[in-house]
Amino acid sequence: MSNVLIFCEHKDGAMKTATLPAITFGRDVAKHSGGEVYGVIIGGGVGDAGADAAKYCNKVVVVDNDGLANYMAETYAPLLAKVAQDLGVTTVAATATNLGKDLLPRAAALLEAGMASDVIEVTGAKEFVRPTNAGNALGSVEVLTDTVMATVRQTEFEPAAALDAAGVVETADAGDVDTLNAEFVELRLSESTRPDLSEAKVVVSGGRGMKNEENFKVLEELTDLFGGALGATRAACDAGYIANDLQVGQTGKVVAPDLYFAVGISGAIQHLAGMKSSKVIVAINKDEEAPIFQVADFGLVSTWENAMPELIAGVKKAKGL
Amino acid sequence: MKVLVTAKRVPDPEQKVKIKENQVDVSGMNWVVNPFDEYAVEAALRMCEVVTGGKGKRFGEVVVLSIGPKKDATKEIRSCLAMGADRAVHVVAEDAELDSYVVANIVKKIYEEEQPDLLLMGKQTVDGDSNQAAQMVAGYLGLPQACFAATIESFADKKELVVGREVDGGVEIKKVNLPAVVSVDLRIVAPTATKNNQSEAGYEYGDGPRYASLKGIMKAKKKKIDVKELGDLGVPTDLRVKHTTFAAPPERGGGIIVKSVDELLDKLQNEAKAL
Repeated sequence: MSNVLIFCEHKDGAMKTATLPAITFGRDVAKHSGGEVYGVIIGGGVGDAGADAAKYCNKVVVVDNDGLANYMAETYAPLLAKVAQDLGVTTVAATATNLGKDLLPRAAALLEAGMASDVIEVTGAKEFVRPTNAGNALGSVEVLTDTVMATVRQTEFEPAAALDAAGVVETADAGDVDTLNAEFVELRLSESTRPDLSEAKVVVSGGRGMKNEENFKVLEELTDLFGGALGATRAACDAGYIANDLQVGQTGKVVAPDLYFAVGISGAIQHLAGMKSSKVIVAINKDEEAPIFQVADFGLVSTWENAMPELIAGVKKAKGL
Repeated sequence: MKVLVTAKRVPDPEQKVKIKENQVDVSGMNWVVNPFDEYAVEAALRMCEVVTGGKGKRFGEVVVLSIGPKKDATKEIRSCLAMGADRAVHVVAEDAELDSYVVANIVKKIYEEEQPDLLLMGKQTVDGDSNQAAQMVAGYLGLPQACFAATIESFADKKELVVGREVDGGVEIKKVNLPAVVSVDLRIVAPTATKNNQSEAGYEYGDGPRYASLKGIMKAKKKKIDVKELGDLGVPTDLRVKHTTFAAPPERGGGIIVKSVDELLDKLQNEAKAL
């Protein structure tokens, strides 16, 4: 019997919805290994996050200590490793958010565990499928160690449904919190009331073709009609049109919304890697040779300046606004 | 300031990926330095040069570590030396012998031999896409880590770095005392992403890694590359993660070109049911 431990991210006293796909991953693994899915909450002043996570996990361990109020790999990794060892789990996983990607490999070193990054499918207790080469190849991997670590691609697993009966919540001591000569200074979050890119049902992205920061307002108007999220290519971010954390791509955010608008985006390999699993892709580009048209379901060869006002008007009308 | 920076040779990411007999077919591919590692080399050079009057004068030492086949990895190492790195260590190993764990142990070993102030790595390789090695090395060595660095500030008189990290929803500012492990993200080569507080104030680099000058290329031919065999390092070589087969991703069904916004709206509403 092998149990799975999911590192649960949390905010303002609740578990983050970004963790739900990782719990589904855990349940998929548990189907093969015959175990239960546990959760761990690490932080400082976590409130009811443990109880929230317990709606989805058979057991949740909470490590709550003021010294852990700000995430740091140096302090969280040893605690994740310790909780995993104390629970005797054989699989440890987290959603492949930037936090998950920063934390899990360090914990894998401490646990002497092999790790599969960005898993998109579970094919066995220790066998997975993961994308390589900017998603142009899908590799089947086998983790050979007793303990298995994995980060989970958020868009490839359904958010887990709550259990019929909530799991138990236990607390564990943080012990000595050693920051190892690192210091968290400040978190500068982009202000946004829009949904998270990785969770939005509709994403409107702009590329270098948008020409400047101001023009992104046109895309924002379309985005907000759908209640969606704004995205961008690396080129647009590098040029300073839009915040870096909205970059969609191989090394930015991977998204798979129901509807993806690619406006003024040529369709570089690295961008496609981040959005080609979208259900419906619409591309607007003035260049009919742009590679984006090869993945688009509906392509419109036009400048965005011409197309967007008409599109926005049409969407407003269709939505009765 | 001594920086150990990794440089992996990878198939050119702009070339089409071919799957043959359930493996990624790299025959006939061009090989290049992993873009993130190339950015790491650039960041190391920017940290280790004082720019005055638009000209850079090097200080410290920048050592490149590459792990790859004897025949193939040399060209990429020389290009890093041509950019301005001082010397290199080449650990000879085939891709099939490596996973993140073995790589992390090799890097750890060379780190222990070189004792740099800073271990700088690209955050991920664009072929493996694992994004694990830097974090693992930091975990093994018990060093502070600052991964996905978009900005690095270093100081002449302080053994610390202030790093701006790309995190979910924004940027995190993290201070690490040296020695430390830093992995770099795309924006580390933006014009003002690195600051060493020694170059002239307001100096802006070009965007991206520098091109090697002809002089740099000539100098690189004489720079030392220390070749070591994987088997001689005394590091664990058992793989922990095995990639068995590869498949092409599912093709999207062909799309259509619509002739007008009206047609697009119609398709979205009536065909895709997305509106």
